Amino acid sequence: MVLLIQYTLIFAAVLLLVALGGCFSEHSGVINIGLEGIMVMGALGGALVMRFLPYNPDTANLLTNLGVFACVALASIAAGMIYSLLLAVACINFKADQTIVGTAMNLLGTALATVIVKSMNTAINPDDHSSEIQYINAKKAFLSDFGGKFELNWFVILAIILLVIATILLYKTRFGLRLRACGEHPQAADSVGINVYKMRYAGVLISGFLGGLGGITYITAGVSVWKFENGVAGFGFLALAVMIFGAWHPVRIAGAAVLFGLFRALGNVYNGIPLLANMGIPSAVYNMLPYIVSLIVLAFTSKNSRAPKAEGIPYDKGQR
Amino acid sequence: MKQRTPLLRKSAAQTLLASLLCILLGLLVGYLALLIIEPSGAWEAILAVLKNFLKYPTGAQKVKYLGSTLVKTAPLLLCSLSVLFAYKVGLFNIGVAGQYVLGAAASLGCALLAGLPWYVCLLAAVAAAAISGALCGVLRAYLNVNVVISGIMLNWISLYATNLILKGGMEKTGKDTIRLVKANKDAILPTLGLDKLFNNNQYVTIAIPIAIIVAIVIWVLLDKTKFGYELKATGNNLNAAKYCGMKENRNIILTMVIAAALAGLGAGLYYLSDFEQWNVNSSSVPAMGFNGIAAAFLGGLHPIGAIFSSFFIQHITLGGANVDLSHYCAQIADFISSIIIYLCGFVLFFKTCLNRALDRREEKKIQAAKANSATEEGGNK
Amino acid sequence: MSNEHYAIEMLNITKRFPGIIANDNITLQLKTGEIHALLGENGAGKSTLMSVLFGLYQPEEGIIKKDGVEVSIRNPNDANALHIGMVHQHFKLVECFSVLDNIILGVEPTHMGFLQKAEAREKVLALSEKYGLHVDPDAMIEDITVGMQQRTEILKMLYRDNEILIFDEPTAVLTPQEIDELMEIMRGLAREGKSILFISHKLNEIMSVADRCTVLRKGKYVGTVNVADTTKEELSRMMVGRDVEFVVHKDPAKPTDVVLNVEHMTVASKMHSNNAVKDVSFKVRRGEIVCIAGIDGNGQTELVYGISGLEPLKTGKLELCGKDITKAPIRKRNTSGMSHIPEDRHKHGLVLDYTLENNLVLQRYFEPEFTNKAGFLRKGNIRTYAERLIEQYDVRSGQGPITIARSMSGGNQQKAIVAREIDKDPELLIAVQPTRGLDVGAIEYIHKQIVAHRDAGNAVLLVSLELDEVMSLSDRILVMYEGEIVGELDPKKTTVEELGLYMAGAKRMEVQ
Repeated sequence: MVLLIQYTLIFAAVLLLVALGGCFSEHSGVINIGLEGIMVMGALGGALVMRFLPYNPDTANLLTNLGVFACVALASIAAGMIYSLLLAVACINFKADQTIVGTAMNLLGTALATVIVKSMNTAINPDDHSSEIQYINAKKAFLSDFGGKFELNWFVILAIILLVIATILLYKTRFGLRLRACGEHPQAADSVGINVYKMRYAGVLISGFLGGLGGITYITAGVSVWKFENGVAGFGFLALAVMIFGAWHPVRIAGAAVLFGLFRALGNVYNGIPLLANMGIPSAVYNMLPYIVSLIVLAFTSKNSRAPKAEGIPYDKGQR
Repeated sequence: MKQRTPLLRKSAAQTLLASLLCILLGLLVGYLALLIIEPSGAWEAILAVLKNFLKYPTGAQKVKYLGSTLVKTAPLLLCSLSVLFAYKVGLFNIGVAGQYVLGAAASLGCALLAGLPWYVCLLAAVAAAAISGALCGVLRAYLNVNVVISGIMLNWISLYATNLILKGGMEKTGKDTIRLVKANKDAILPTLGLDKLFNNNQYVTIAIPIAIIVAIVIWVLLDKTKFGYELKATGNNLNAAKYCGMKENRNIILTMVIAAALAGLGAGLYYLSDFEQWNVNSSSVPAMGFNGIAAAFLGGLHPIGAIFSSFFIQHITLGGANVDLSHYCAQIADFISSIIIYLCGFVLFFKTCLNRALDRREEKKIQAAKANSATEEGGNK
Repeated sequence: MSNEHYAIEMLNITKRFPGIIANDNITLQLKTGEIHALLGENGAGKSTLMSVLFGLYQPEEGIIKKDGVEVSIRNPNDANALHIGMVHQHFKLVECFSVLDNIILGVEPTHMGFLQKAEAREKVLALSEKYGLHVDPDAMIEDITVGMQQRTEILKMLYRDNEILIFDEPTAVLTPQEIDELMEIMRGLAREGKSILFISHKLNEIMSVADRCTVLRKGKYVGTVNVADTTKEELSRMMVGRDVEFVVHKDPAKPTDVVLNVEHMTVASKMHSNNAVKDVSFKVRRGEIVCIAGIDGNGQTELVYGISGLEPLKTGKLELCGKDITKAPIRKRNTSGMSHIPEDRHKHGLVLDYTLENNLVLQRYFEPEFTNKAGFLRKGNIRTYAERLIEQYDVRSGQGPITIARSMSGGNQQKAIVAREIDKDPELLIAVQPTRGLDVGAIEYIHKQIVAHRDAGNAVLLVSLELDEVMSLSDRILVMYEGEIVGELDPKKTTVEELGLYMAGAKRMEVQ
């Protein structure tokens, strides 16, 4: 049971971070289908830091742990933000179709990460053609162990802090008001002197920031080695479902994330729960569960969805 | 007075130009990536990607491996037809990957678990995928669920379901399904002697002509029939379609059914050639579906264009396996094709720029002509 | 030097676009504290001139002076800094924001980036008190009336301490009574020293409120006159370049059998939980033009959706030529004698990426003439048919039948729709704002077509927001207010003022 809570928390944190990222992007008016790719790149950035950072868990203290944590987080954020520029440039400056570009970014994310990791591995050891990065030691820097029963990943705490910040930023600040105006009625925002392009860049970059963090959180959830050929298993899209279910509002998104996180966690821990283990349901069914649940939830919530009105429509200053 | 449209103004010419530009830029970026990884072999590597079957020394071998490329092109073509067909109705069928997977499950399932002949297996593949497409369409038409998201969810559901189903038809060792040649010869597609044409490549079956015929049928359907007229009208303007009495929800669902059926057919044609087996531990959907998206856009969303773009994408994907693996990896081809899709997003921008440049040139010509006639008049006075 | 003090001067402005000169050497001088009307037809260059003033376009020639000093306006922020503000024709309001949020957007008072709404609210309340602009600052825009939204827009300008206020066709969406209120507000603002530029093509309003008037025609400057020294007729001659007939020539109606019979129709609303159309009953007969008049948003749209089948009825019954069509699908209605010129030609009327010929057969492509038994289109027949309609209805376009509809002008797009719908020779023609946004020539033409269709013995149901059109074209007026028909009037016996009272809900009669 404790294990279930631990996994629910970590998967909910991933979904929360990424869905908040989608939320900022969409509130600015850009649909971010490419979150999946952003997660992969964020995960890659963080994994590379963990792979090469000299770290010895036996001699570490809180300060070095915090340092490692900060480095990993910053690398993921940087990777996610840089990668999200691909979306921003294409969709804001060149008015490209947001769905095509997002899809391309998802494919590109996995392909690029695989190429990078494989060539790195091969360069280090000519016989190593795998796309795996291992980070068993470095990961310990930001895991707090409670009596060997419960492991707390610091990224969960970071996600909660970011949830609070995101809510305040969206609804209590000038930036949030202007950002939302750009997603609802960019012409109105423009007419009062707000630079719609800049605000949309901000929205997309914040989604890169949060998506990158979500990526690194995902690959440190329960495993200590990641095969980049596999991408992030549709989590970017689950996050979009969480965002729709959460009606584009951070607090409701948090609730949705916990629900979806729970179903995802079941797949990891059902063996440890006697009741579920005894039912003899194949693991494939548990793997399907979060996707089935999200499909059903979407079926019930999409009809009256209140998406930002101008999302997905490129803004053209010339057309008024 | 009838004016002839200049070549560059023609939409088809512009599309072709844009696609070639995308390919060129995609290859350039790929080459740069190879240079960064290891400069010494980059040129050979990009050539290997581009050569694919042409690397073989003898003509006979070349023909044989051209055949293999075609075997993999057929399903890709059908996937790209699936994407472009749905796109004409304004739907982005990212679920093509999952529909393809279901096609594999149904065809291999019928072949291995029920021992049925190839035509039944093929129909099952089409039907299974069509049902999943119908689900997507119904969710979109009546419950307003975005097809991109429902498509992705169905991709994963289909993947795990397929693994589950095909566990029953596994090899005793390894994780692949049993080869049809061993398990059920009747389930293999007939070759009608086509294999002879490709130097006895036994995998070359009727799949290839079927795929091309389907592409032509789709073209005729979209361009020449009442049904195509309705579908395109629905895609361009849902409200206008409704206003003039078209059944827009029926059209959406029907489109998704047909699109999905195409993907399912693609999977059936591929797996029933016995060219590749299904790995029941697959943790991600086969790249075929997503490459289909690339091929559809690269082909300018035209069924005939898709024939060529599918071949090209498959050609470089297989070529990717030929790079010098001590420095590079086969995924460089995926990298190039994803760059190409990304660039396809810019096609509209490219066309607008081109048209604007042409406008400006014409404007200048007209002004120059005016200036000329003005001076002439002045001269006459 | 003249001793007049000008708040804004736009001198010899020229702005070209590829193919056209939108503003050709135009001069506009706005005196401090005056109400100055800018008059012109659609396409006369009013919007372009205002976009130049707002820095959205840079003119090729000409200068702008503020208080006698030359200024450069490169973007809306520059205009704002010069205290120039504008109420746009289509309000620039974020619907899911509160009134207060909309007012402060762009000039938010903040402390360390956090919004300080309390002080903003006080300023807004003080302003609305001073100018009589009453509106609840915490209400959501989507919940308040159009008149209140307009007040929000005015408050937005005042909140920014704007001195030069531009109203772009502000009365199009208002009731006659609301228009009077607006005129009063404008006079009050001018008294307080604000300079007002009032863009309109409605002569009555200009005569009643403006001090001076500048007229544009086809991108050119025609002249500036003192309103007190001119007449309506002279202004209209300046605007159109010839004498305009304000009346449509038609014989008295000779109504015969009932074509459309609506009984107790109720249609739900998409916007709010109330019904948009409430228990409405009326009849339309052969040989008459019945007009539904009313302020935008009082259920006319939904009424037409209900009749044409775009929205289902909640209750009630519809009969077309004696046959029950209450539950009939749209295609069935379209093929049994109903034609519909929709309100929004881009939303419903056209498939913009289709060619003109494909748009012209949008209602008939499935007929044997255009589709053979195997389901293939007969493209030759489509071409012939399209060419006939283009010829007969004078639809002009770059490449004839193969022109993409998107590239055609609004007037010709509308003509194409009118051609398509009237050529079906329907017993019932529903025409919703058939002349919206068109120039005088096209309006005359479309009016003639509608009258001719009536004279051929058919029924016409017209929905219009333009009072002039309502008064001149219809044989019978039904006024809609909040989803109900509140009056039936004879255009020959009523006045615009009386019509206005019904439209505003101030007067009603029992209608059968």
